[in-house]
Amino acid sequence: MSDIQERVKKIVVEQLGVEEDQVTADASFVDDLGADSLDTVELVMALEEEFDCEIPDEEAEKISTLAQAVAYVEANL
Amino acid sequence: MLTNQVALVTGASRGIGKAIALDLAAQGAIVIGTATSENGAQAISDYLKEAGAKGRGACLNVTEPEMITEVLSAITKEFGTPTILVNNAGITRDNLLMRMKDEEWDDIIQTNLNSVFRMSKACLRGMMKAKGGRIINIASVVGVMGNAGQTNYAAAKAGIIGFSKSLAREVGARNITVNTIAPGFIDTDMTKALPEEQREALAKQIPLQCLGQPEDIAKSVTFLAGEGGAYITGQTLNVNGGMYMV
Repeated sequence: MSDIQERVKKIVVEQLGVEEDQVTADASFVDDLGADSLDTVELVMALEEEFDCEIPDEEAEKISTLAQAVAYVEANL
Repeated sequence: MLTNQVALVTGASRGIGKAIALDLAAQGAIVIGTATSENGAQAISDYLKEAGAKGRGACLNVTEPEMITEVLSAITKEFGTPTILVNNAGITRDNLLMRMKDEEWDDIIQTNLNSVFRMSKACLRGMMKAKGGRIINIASVVGVMGNAGQTNYAAAKAGIIGFSKSLAREVGARNITVNTIAPGFIDTDMTKALPEEQREALAKQIPLQCLGQPEDIAKSVTFLAGEGGAYITGQTLNVNGGMYMV
């Protein structure tokens, strides 16, 4: 597992209060991990802080799984 | 007590805002009061210092989004994240609707309503991180009962009430409360602008028989900002001497 993937996963686990093994690459934050809309906003905020970047709203809306979050961070850092 | 909590109060150079800033400071909060001019900001710094309070004045025009971001980041660096936000800044541009100019309408919506949206949004991130916060918006009895000559002001103030209820629902799960205080006629420069006869006529219609003092509103803000307000959200507290009972 890449370093970035590990950091993102840790944030997802913390923010959504789920177990690590639930956070598979394609598990949907909302449908599989029980996040509500405010959780996803907070998750993006946490990612922005962890990676010291600003994720525009239209990009943030597309991030709904671990794989997508990792892909975004890798492409934009 | 609000010891060392960071409180941001807009429109704090005089009137109700000044009383709020001083009362929060008396409870131990670090208070940042905003004013639209450097002179106003200095006056706030001065009265806070005189009261032995922590905090300072800051020059902020609440209708300028970039300035809000700038000022908020400076405050956060200096004192920490504001977890108490009091949206108090407001102006009047009274006129009969038939004579009301677009600018009179727009000025009021910009300063009295859009500012509440912008300030709240800007402060929410920090409150979410802090896992708690109190947003207290100052509306007006006029927003609840209406008042001839104030369609613009009443619309903005009623807008604040709807905004607060909706935001209260959005962020309740994050331990952030959002409430509105609707002052009645309070003895400030804003109501001193009214003719003396009108002030007297107004006072007669108030069950408590007098205009309210800025401190009456400040005490309510401090209550909502403190422990007493922990389980209160989405509410409108009508502090008006009974002039309008909801």
